Amino acid sequence: MTAPLPISLKVNGELIEAHVLPRLNLADFLREHLGLTGTHVGCEHGVCGACTVRLNGDIVRACLLLAVQLDGASVETVEGLSDTGEIADLQAAFHTRNALQCGYCTPAMLITAQDLLKQMPQPDREQIREHLSGNYCRCTGYHAIVDAVEATARKRVGRA
Amino acid sequence: MKASAFSYARASSVDHALELLAVHGEQAKVLSGGQSLMPALNLRLSAPEWIVDIGGLAELRGISVSDGMLRIGALTRHADVQASAEIARHAPLLTEAIAHVAHPAIRNRGTLGGSLAHADPASELPACVLALDATIVVRGQDYERRVPAADFFQGIYETALTPEELLTAVEIPLKPESIHFFHEHARRKGDYAIVGLAASAAITGDAFVDLRLAFFAVGDRPLLADASSHLVGGPVTASTLAAAQAALDDELDPQEDQQASAGMRRYLARQLLEQCVATLLQRPDLRTRKFA
Repeated sequence: MTAPLPISLKVNGELIEAHVLPRLNLADFLREHLGLTGTHVGCEHGVCGACTVRLNGDIVRACLLLAVQLDGASVETVEGLSDTGEIADLQAAFHTRNALQCGYCTPAMLITAQDLLKQMPQPDREQIREHLSGNYCRCTGYHAIVDAVEATARKRVGRA
Repeated sequence: MKASAFSYARASSVDHALELLAVHGEQAKVLSGGQSLMPALNLRLSAPEWIVDIGGLAELRGISVSDGMLRIGALTRHADVQASAEIARHAPLLTEAIAHVAHPAIRNRGTLGGSLAHADPASELPACVLALDATIVVRGQDYERRVPAADFFQGIYETALTPEELLTAVEIPLKPESIHFFHEHARRKGDYAIVGLAASAAITGDAFVDLRLAFFAVGDRPLLADASSHLVGGPVTASTLAAAQAALDDELDPQEDQQASAGMRRYLARQLLEQCVATLLQRPDLRTRKFA
């Protein structure tokens, strides 16, 4: 019935086993059960994008997933992407370009930007804006964020 | 907000899902990608006693072409529709429309069948399947039935599905000669449309021989406009176009909300019709109004 159900999944490469209520969403599971507070909760109905994480390699909204749906899945949060160094250059560019300000949207912006750069190494500003269009930022007016993503793309292509 | 409490059942097959729905149908909601259901649960617009999760049913996923038909499984994600070479070749209207469906993180979870079963009158894909003259494949416990898209959508969030049935696939007839048009006006890239138009057409010489105009966000369901009859079978002129626009105006009954008045929606619909016809016929002279 509405009793907790067992799930087993990987979070940032680590095997997690837990019992969760069916109504618990992934964002709350990550924050409250696992202490991974980099995944932020904003609107809780899929509009703001602050809860973006990777599920089996694809970016998704953690507030629009039930934890119980994720039995057997692999989830990566901003902590995982940060610890592996995968987005170190993107984080540095956000810092340099003053693209984080209050920081609330930043983890999800980083994950979404990294998703774009994996698919499209040399996006133009319009393509960056389109890919980030599902992520709200109330501080920067987005300009500095687009700058940071564009600068990271250029650096990565230059290195390749 | 948080979803209210519910019981959760994960279906292991279509037959299992139908068994669960036979027992709990009236009290249950079917969860596929969840990109419309989860917001409704979180906002407590919906508070079902049961969630029947069909997300793991591989038999409902996939795209195939046979016997003059493009068949798309209900659980095919928007991202898969967008990336499919077969859909780009046989139903490019869908490929183009998907770019307007929400945002990448949502397209990675949302499904074609979920969008159709949800039947939001402002969403893109119901209008597309109407324009493409698609058939919706529905399974019940001991039967399968096929519903024309024109009969499937019955009102705001209302479809021909009963609580005991599952939408399993969409079938689109192959029309190699057809061309398409898609455009929507929205406040923000990826938002629901204020007004949109998905159209499919066939042209011989300089005249339409077929023109299916599916307007969305202008009523309680996607509307296949009869106004197209003014434009089919002969040369299109400024006056036939004006007659079609006047007929469209009579057909529409758009709602007013915080995004737009009914009058604004009528205006944008007339403008989309003009834009569609001029674009499909490659007749820029038919564009009388200029928009930024």
